[in-house]
Amino acid sequence: MEKTEILTEVQEIFRDVLDNEEIILTPETTANDVEDWDSLSHIQLIVAIEKKLKVKFTSKEILSWSDISEMIDCIASK
Amino acid sequence: MATLTSHNCMITFKELKRNIKKDHSGLTVKKVALIGDTATQLLAIAIKGMGVEKNFSIDLFDADFNQVEQQVLDPTSELHEFEADYTIIFQSTHKLLEKYCLTSTSEQTSLADGRLEFIRTLCSSVTGRIVYYNYPEIEDAVFGSYGTKVPSSFTYQVRKLNFELMNLAQENTNLYICDIAALQNKFGRDMMFDSNIYVSTEMVLSLDSLPYVASRTLDIICALEGKFKKCLILDLDNTIWGGIVGDDGWENVHIGHGLGIGKAFTEFQHWIKMLKNRGIIIAVCSKNDEEKARGPFEKNPEMVLKIDDIAVFIANWDNKADNIRLIQGILNIGFDSMVFLDDNPFERNMVRENVPEVTIPELPEDPGEYLEYLYSLNLFETASYSNLDAERTLQYQVEGKRATLLKTFTNEADFLKSLDMASEVSGFEPVNKLRVAQLSQRSNQFNLRTVRYTETEIEALADDERYATFSFTLSDKFGDNGLICVIIMKLLDEDSLFIDSWFMSCRVLKRGMEDFTLNTIVKYAKERGIKRLVGEYIPTTKNQMVAGHYTKLGFTKAESTGSARFELDVNSYESRENHIKHK
Repeated sequence: MEKTEILTEVQEIFRDVLDNEEIILTPETTANDVEDWDSLSHIQLIVAIEKKLKVKFTSKEILSWSDISEMIDCIASK
Repeated sequence: MATLTSHNCMITFKELKRNIKKDHSGLTVKKVALIGDTATQLLAIAIKGMGVEKNFSIDLFDADFNQVEQQVLDPTSELHEFEADYTIIFQSTHKLLEKYCLTSTSEQTSLADGRLEFIRTLCSSVTGRIVYYNYPEIEDAVFGSYGTKVPSSFTYQVRKLNFELMNLAQENTNLYICDIAALQNKFGRDMMFDSNIYVSTEMVLSLDSLPYVASRTLDIICALEGKFKKCLILDLDNTIWGGIVGDDGWENVHIGHGLGIGKAFTEFQHWIKMLKNRGIIIAVCSKNDEEKARGPFEKNPEMVLKIDDIAVFIANWDNKADNIRLIQGILNIGFDSMVFLDDNPFERNMVRENVPEVTIPELPEDPGEYLEYLYSLNLFETASYSNLDAERTLQYQVEGKRATLLKTFTNEADFLKSLDMASEVSGFEPVNKLRVAQLSQRSNQFNLRTVRYTETEIEALADDERYATFSFTLSDKFGDNGLICVIIMKLLDEDSLFIDSWFMSCRVLKRGMEDFTLNTIVKYAKERGIKRLVGEYIPTTKNQMVAGHYTKLGFTKAESTGSARFELDVNSYESRENHIKHK
């Protein structure tokens, strides 16, 4: 899957999980930029992405991303 | 009921989280404390959200994790200050394993005993009810299967702990075990536990398992708050046997051992019979000619369920919603305490639309899957059990006979006289305290203040000199209804007694039992020089039946009080006529 496609999918998941249709993700987006993206909802996001995109993250990966682009790179590498 | 709308589809964590944002006004508030030795924030969200599903607004105190001992043992802790109705304790198998690893080999055999000792302390220091999660197993494969022979193995200790917890729960009536080990048995460890979530957050429950764990937790709270299922209504053709009795005949329906689907129906009927023996009322609601529908019950030797197991048998061609209303009228219990099983999606939807309070599981298409699916729903959680529960079906059948006799009398007094009724009056004794507590949990309609009591609380009341306690049985020529009415009165001052609780089983309505009860308590008051009885009616969604209870019995409404209080002058009271004798 292309990285832009992944970004669109991930954005959809963010909107759904965080209950906010206005979320717009860019590769540079960090947790500070998105309301309600905290350590608790992060878990929900991880599980939702794993299910939707049929990937499995390692524990190390989950804690390593500093912005959306790193998350997308990680998904793309699977 | 969102949780049951489709097969194998538990409400999701996301939906539970959304529930919290909904309007909670009008929901009953319960104070719940949650303490765990791993991170519990998501579990807290799931429990609050599940509370909303069950019409509770949960005021939750979520302690910082890993404070179980401090919170419990320190009498000045936040936990004790919070004064929870329910304290949920979640000590994880993970942390237990860690403790095991740090214990010297010689002391590993007392791992379970050590934990049990702590839980005993817990029971004596926490007020209110405790919901304690048991331990889903971690098979560490250190000994392999041989671990079952080695008392110091972790497997041995965890199993011992889970077993002894059951014994502990019998000794401590304020301790309720939430069987999350059973959830793991059903869904498997890989569903319950997610290693990357655990490593990154210290949470030992997967996101997928949280709704199930929250559901099992709320099942216990609901049962203790009087919300539980009392009756199972069954369709017949292709629900409890294979085939159509009207077409195939009583001898040819699929039921019985051997290869084929008959075996699935036999096992399904065994399950229903166990529920019946546990005290669930079984009713039949089928589109059939009655005589044909009864055929298999009366003549087919392979049938596990017999006609005597069925409290109400309705087979006709009317619509099922009306028939379920008819069953409700006969049993006099709430629609929300009924479960209806039918293989036909059309009938299920029809009943759902017309009687939405009834729980209607979305049975799988394959009858071979009925049981495993129904197991996953845990529909019949209860907060008490006694041997008397098994006799309930008989009592409802007898009620049917009374109704038939009533039709032969034109005058109600003559009918009541003909019943030869007798009541035994006593206090709360070791032999009846369980039944008293149970009746307090089960009575919704004839219940003036709807205070629920546990066995422990009933025991405490019996010993408290400020309280006067009465229990009443009622028998007649058809049989014994057992203990059916309870009065708890509190001394307000030397002149007045407050009726703290008055509840009665709806099985004995319109028998003059209220008059007999009032005569009894007024006599008690008179002998002690009490001048007035004070009653109170606290409305709920279910007890409108007794809104006029006190005025009907000659009480006068007290002026200028916020609630509905009523008073009765003891000295001018005239004994009320009834046809019940003292036993």
